[in-house]
Amino acid sequence: MSGDSIFITKERIAGDREGPLAGERVAVKDNISTEGVRTTCGSAMLSEYVPPYDATVVERLKDAGAEIVGKANMDEFGMGSTTETSHFGSTENPAAEGHVPGGSSGGSAAAVAAGEADLALGTDTGGSIRNPAAFCGVVGIKPTYGLVSRYGLVAYANSLEQIGPLAPTVEGAARLLDAIAGPDERDATTRREGAETDYAGAVDGDVDGLSIGIPTELVEGAHDGVRERFWDAIDELESRGASSHEVSLPSIEHAVAAYYVIAMSEASSNLARYDGVRYGPDTDSEGNWNESFADVRDRGFGDEVKRRILLGTYALSAGYHEKYYGKAQQARAWVEQDFEEAFEEADVLASPTMPVPPFELGESLDDPLQMYLSDANTVPVNLANLPAISVPAGTTDGLPVGFQLIGPKFGEKRIVRAASALEG
Amino acid sequence: MSDQSVPDEEVRHVAELARIGLDDEEVEEFSEQFSEILSAFETLDEVPEAERDGDLENVMRADEVREGLSQEEALRNAPDSEDGYFKGPSVS
Repeated sequence: MSGDSIFITKERIAGDREGPLAGERVAVKDNISTEGVRTTCGSAMLSEYVPPYDATVVERLKDAGAEIVGKANMDEFGMGSTTETSHFGSTENPAAEGHVPGGSSGGSAAAVAAGEADLALGTDTGGSIRNPAAFCGVVGIKPTYGLVSRYGLVAYANSLEQIGPLAPTVEGAARLLDAIAGPDERDATTRREGAETDYAGAVDGDVDGLSIGIPTELVEGAHDGVRERFWDAIDELESRGASSHEVSLPSIEHAVAAYYVIAMSEASSNLARYDGVRYGPDTDSEGNWNESFADVRDRGFGDEVKRRILLGTYALSAGYHEKYYGKAQQARAWVEQDFEEAFEEADVLASPTMPVPPFELGESLDDPLQMYLSDANTVPVNLANLPAISVPAGTTDGLPVGFQLIGPKFGEKRIVRAASALEG
Repeated sequence: MSDQSVPDEEVRHVAELARIGLDDEEVEEFSEQFSEILSAFETLDEVPEAERDGDLENVMRADEVREGLSQEEALRNAPDSEDGYFKGPSVS
């Protein structure tokens, strides 16, 4: 497959320095700022926007000697599960012809799957690294909240999103994570725990004695073929000395609703800045301040972005704030508690990454609620600020299936080690 | 799921708050979808009280002058500017 639908902008930013990523070609999701190279967020609103500075992760890529090969396609502002909401057209899944690459980091996952890049950066707000990793048959890591700086990431839902790596192997993803992790004085939510990491060193496949908790709620509803691959992977880990037991996370059935209320509320606030004055499309609107803004935002935003801004505005508006946003925050606390209890009796938790195989192109666009529900296995992790990895677990009817391992806060080493046991 | 749509007027009101212009077709489409999505959100009513443990801490840094964007850089992406300022639509 050609790289034409994978990148929004193809650009070579040479890594001329020596470093741990010297010689590696890295694709960067197009919501991560690159100095002098347009950063569109997959939106008409930012189609000509050229950031005057680099995101911290991009600086770190350059310092590590990597070569940036392009800005990868994505769902507009990270809102979608298929990369079909991009203003620049959809990306085809290189591992499954006629199917979506997943979203919202679909271009990043496709770049790796098609060999257009050795490694890629994505962002994960509710599963947007793990979902396309699963659909494209590659590895993706959503880091613990606070491990990786979000400075220079165009915000969608700050309290949930993290930048993370995609790669063909667990080792590649771990090396890229080593390069970008660590505190940043320009992002006060980053934490000391990432300062000196060696995740790549944890790729030794040693799962002897590892205790795996399996949240039944995340397995039962999955597609038959996906469930079979999941249990095959559990068998494999057990044959190498791990043990598994069921755990119950009763809060999980409310996670999707809580996630979307919080994400949409934060989005409605974050995206208020797109008024066409400091950046954005030129408008010849003759109206006043409010009318001009409404006009720019009508033309600049696609349907999914409008839908989420409007629902978020609704959820935060007078009379509904407690009913939706307040309750969603309570559900978030409950999810966090449930995970903490599960980790008292398990080293890691495991589930299918996506409950379904990759959608066909065009299949899910008409029914937003159905698309939201497909994130059921990934969003609880973001609500609880935990790390998780998706690693390939074979195919069903020729379509890739992903296996998800969830760790306790800053337990990246543990999930990297366990995931590496599933690689040949 | 409830079959009742969110009234068009409510969609228009929220769109006004969010400063997003919508045409009639969009209002109709959103009003149908919103009722379905909002009723899915209503399952949150069953969520029990839960407290978040407070692992939050203040992060402070010295309030020192440091290098920022130049005026030229700050204005570079603006569709319209004048005399070093952003130029916006008329207020009234």
